[in-house]
Amino acid sequence: MSEALVAVETPGAVVPGVSGARQFWRRLRAQRAAMVAAGVVALLVLVALAAPLLTALEGQDPNTYHSSLVDSARGGVPIGSLGGIGGDHWLGVEPQTGRDLFARLVYGARVSLGVALAATIVQVLIGVVVGVSAALGTRWVDQLLSRFTDVIVALPLMIMSLALLAIVPSSFPRPVLVALVIGLIGWGTIAKIVRAQTLTLKQLDYVAAARLSGWGTWRIARRELLPGIAAPIITYAALLVPSNISAEAALSFLGVGVKPPTPSWGQMLTAADIWYQAAPQYLLLPAGALFVTVLALTVLGDGVRSALDPRAASRLRVGTGRKREAKA
Amino acid sequence: MTGFLLRRALGAVVTLLAISVIVYVVFFVTPGNVAQITCGPRCSPEQVHQVAQQLRLDDPLYVRYWHFLEGLVAGQDYSTGTSVEHCSAPCLGLSYQSDQQVTQLILTKLPVSLSLVFGAMVLWLILGVGTGVLSAWRRGRLSERLLTGVTLAGVATPVFVIGLVLMIVVCGQLQLLPFPQYVKFTDDPEQWAWNLLLPWLSLALIEAAAFARLTRASMLETLAEDHIRTFRAYGVGERSVIGRHALRGAIAPVIALNANNFGSAVGGAVLTETLFGLPGIGQELVHAVNVVDLPVVVGMVLVIGFFVVLANAVADVLYAVADRRVVLA
Amino acid sequence: MSLVDVKDLTVEFGSLRAVDGLSFRLEQGGALALVGESGSGKSTVASALLGLHRGTGARVGGSVEVAGTDVEQASDEELRRLRGGKAAMVFQDPLSSLDPYYAIGDQIAEVYRVHARVSRRAARARAVEVLERVGIPDAPRRSRSRPHEFSGGMRQRALIAMALACEPALLIADEPTTALDVTVQAQILDLLHTLREETGLGLLLVTHDVGVAAESVDEVLVMRHGRAVEHGPVGTVLGAPGETYTRDLLAAVPRVDARRAAVGEAGEPGEVVLEATDLRREFGRGKKAFTAVDGVSLTIRRGETLGVVGESGSGKTTLGRMLVGLLEPTAGEIKPGGGVRPDVQMVFQDPVSSLNPRRSVGESIADPLRARGERDETRIRGRVTELLERVGLEGAHYDRYPHEFSGGQRQRVGIARALAADPRVIVCDEPVSALDVTTQAQVVALLGELQRELGLALVFVAHDLAVVRQVSDRVAVMRHGRIVESGPADEVYDNPQDPYTQQLLAAVPALDPEVAARRRAARRELAAA
Repeated sequence: MSEALVAVETPGAVVPGVSGARQFWRRLRAQRAAMVAAGVVALLVLVALAAPLLTALEGQDPNTYHSSLVDSARGGVPIGSLGGIGGDHWLGVEPQTGRDLFARLVYGARVSLGVALAATIVQVLIGVVVGVSAALGTRWVDQLLSRFTDVIVALPLMIMSLALLAIVPSSFPRPVLVALVIGLIGWGTIAKIVRAQTLTLKQLDYVAAARLSGWGTWRIARRELLPGIAAPIITYAALLVPSNISAEAALSFLGVGVKPPTPSWGQMLTAADIWYQAAPQYLLLPAGALFVTVLALTVLGDGVRSALDPRAASRLRVGTGRKREAKA
Repeated sequence: MTGFLLRRALGAVVTLLAISVIVYVVFFVTPGNVAQITCGPRCSPEQVHQVAQQLRLDDPLYVRYWHFLEGLVAGQDYSTGTSVEHCSAPCLGLSYQSDQQVTQLILTKLPVSLSLVFGAMVLWLILGVGTGVLSAWRRGRLSERLLTGVTLAGVATPVFVIGLVLMIVVCGQLQLLPFPQYVKFTDDPEQWAWNLLLPWLSLALIEAAAFARLTRASMLETLAEDHIRTFRAYGVGERSVIGRHALRGAIAPVIALNANNFGSAVGGAVLTETLFGLPGIGQELVHAVNVVDLPVVVGMVLVIGFFVVLANAVADVLYAVADRRVVLA
Repeated sequence: MSLVDVKDLTVEFGSLRAVDGLSFRLEQGGALALVGESGSGKSTVASALLGLHRGTGARVGGSVEVAGTDVEQASDEELRRLRGGKAAMVFQDPLSSLDPYYAIGDQIAEVYRVHARVSRRAARARAVEVLERVGIPDAPRRSRSRPHEFSGGMRQRALIAMALACEPALLIADEPTTALDVTVQAQILDLLHTLREETGLGLLLVTHDVGVAAESVDEVLVMRHGRAVEHGPVGTVLGAPGETYTRDLLAAVPRVDARRAAVGEAGEPGEVVLEATDLRREFGRGKKAFTAVDGVSLTIRRGETLGVVGESGSGKTTLGRMLVGLLEPTAGEIKPGGGVRPDVQMVFQDPVSSLNPRRSVGESIADPLRARGERDETRIRGRVTELLERVGLEGAHYDRYPHEFSGGQRQRVGIARALAADPRVIVCDEPVSALDVTTQAQVVALLGELQRELGLALVFVAHDLAVVRQVSDRVAVMRHGRIVESGPADEVYDNPQDPYTQQLLAAVPALDPEVAARRRAARRELAAA
């Protein structure tokens, strides 16, 4: 046999499958910004998980009022320099109530990350089921599901969640509800992406070959199609997480998201603007936490995308000299 | 072309109807007693019963929806205790709280929101596309890295954080501008613009960042295509390659994104209005949500949905015109 | 002064040395072909002539002089004057090589204005003039069309018009006809020939197709692994090659005028294994409906190969997909001979997309076995190993992934997968058109062996007339969804009855430059008549 075993780079996205996973890690690790972001995200997750431990270490909890620490004569401004920062209260206390800001911040991370993650999972699940069903179903199923997806995409997420959250009784656990609502309204785009990708894959010869082998639709969907749509799903999900964090924060900021006394970054910002002079960290801490979290997740999402689909990047580097070889 | 426009318009109407069904069903088949919620916790059973009758809660849902549609198309009469009020088409019902007609309420609030969103849109398109073109042009250099960093930070900052910071720094610390207060355009255009400047900026910055990223990415994508190689191989200068060929290829995705992001921008507008205290639809909606004023909520969601669907339809048509390869079908 | 003078050219992309110490000259008005298989570095050389590697990260060594410009040393401004002004390039894929958003006339005018200080209107007039020159009918009106409104051949003419706009001394054509049908290819090659005769244009042709080179140039340079293997007048290199590689390459090229080598005992044709009657297939509905296959009947017998040949859009692929059951016919029927289960398998064209990149090749081959209900893992592995070895791979390749294989090897895997189902018929849809000629010959030989050994019936669908003749017992020529002519291969090829078949055969490039010249003359007469 005269042909040598040459590794030929397959065009298109590589998926974290058996052989793709290592490639994916290698590409991800090569991006410094993405690795820093991954570190930040890991730290945030750790902080969120260890919130009870951290606050125990500080000796505080997020919900105890410390009226002795605020100057009620001056409208509730925290006593002490920099909003009451000290050994007992590492980041100071909340104006008016005197609750510990560090504790509220780390517990807020739990809410923020937890709600965003749960919402993303709901979005991805619905999106994949609807997208794959539309692509593999009959013309009518496709028409129906696609139109429905269009309608869902047309519903502004913020507005609908705002409205939905208003009507559900307050007995329902609030963070779960926020996650559900964001998840139930925000799956439109991912369904569209999954449908388009499945339709593309369906045209490929290896799917035809699987049909000729005698496999049924379900087996083909599972073995040949799902691994192929994993890359765009992961890519898009990675970018959904930060946008869900923003959405939760925005809803809580408007007073319809996570309700007090559960701490949430968005909610902390609601009252912060009146206090920016007396207790600037009351504004800066949740704003900074949100900024860093969303930024880190976005950078990581970008990194995941270029590690999964290096096509665009590599094409740019190759420039004009690249030839396309003889094809019929 | 006419056939395409007709089909697109029909599609938009169908989508709107579907939205109205979803919204109606979701909000009027809420868990819990709607009449009780509407009337408030201190209502007596008789009062609750009266509210239930007024809301036709005993009718099957489709009958109520039909009445709602009827009101939209033909108008409706409402008895408010003693007098009968006529609510002319398009009637979205009466507010539970103030008995005001929802349509009237929306009409008074709409100019504020439209001023905000469309002003911001002009800003974010100019800023976003400009930045995107610039960073595609300067790719690989320091200035591009800076722009990329700034746009990334922009994408990562929630609207209300930008708004809050802008307000505190510009109005509070530097006192360059007064805290915004809405002035009608018809009263004083100059004051209108000055007062909307900060809301525009805070809404536009985050959207502009998304557009900058997309414009850059899609220009780089176009730059990697074969026809760009052709023009380079014929000695066409970089200015023309980028400004003429790459930009032309990048326009269609930008239009698509503008339609896609319109919904999220409307959401951002709600935040901006609340933050700056602008008396627009968003602020009113938040208020209605907090007091569970269902007709107002439904009406406003529908009106916002109408604008989003309209924006999508317009974008589809523009997209088809921009990308002449798309077959109008 | 030579038109092109390349001395010791080296181009490296990272650690890959694409061109390795290449030197050649091309005189004014001369024509040289760079011939080689994929990866030989021929297109990289073409790009180097216009300095297109500048700023891409490729390292270029040696010297390149084109029309008096030292490409490596030239300033950006000098380089721009060279590109399009003194030397112009025509690319492989005419659709993607033109901007889809602008009218063709405007694009040509834009290029012209880069090199000539003229008004917009004058440039537009020049565009129409060159479009007329390359044979675009109704050029003033057609110049306002966008590329997608042109056919493939028209687009390539438009690109050539763009190249002519500034009256360059050198035309570099990089696989200019590879994306085109054979009849259109002949027209484009004839056009290039006429332009050279009339304007004294120098031509540097880059091609993988020896026949295309034989049709078009005076001199040939055979490349392999970035180096020159053989260089000389076209008649010498192709007629009496001095190097082994050139001889192998030429031996692998299928010839349309050679009878099929006798395969074992001729024997009686076997029993009918598949019979298709009056197949029709329509796509779309309403105004956009069209009929891809329109009343095709076929019988396929055990142990024989039926070649189905046609140009793009002839419906041959649709026919193949209906035969294996991937597409339902709109009308007509397919029945297995003797009432046995119609076990028909397929070998696909594209070696990249025909294997799932995320599954090992062994698993892909095992699919038909598992689907039939086989559960015993050792039996499955044993059978797959046997199949892998049968198609010339190794049993140890079971756990490898498709990206580790070359195109030819993947095609072998595809054949093994088809065999796993124990088919009686295999439909091969352009099985070798994505492969280099030497690989092509190996895969074709393998198919022949398997056929003899297993008594398979093959349906060989392809656009390449020479390859089809090489493998087929009987041939069917398709056009617009119909079979225009069919019969024993030698009869159809040696004595074509249908005018379309005649036209097709006349368009196939000949390997002998003298024959090529005679054919061109014949084509001109045919066109004039």
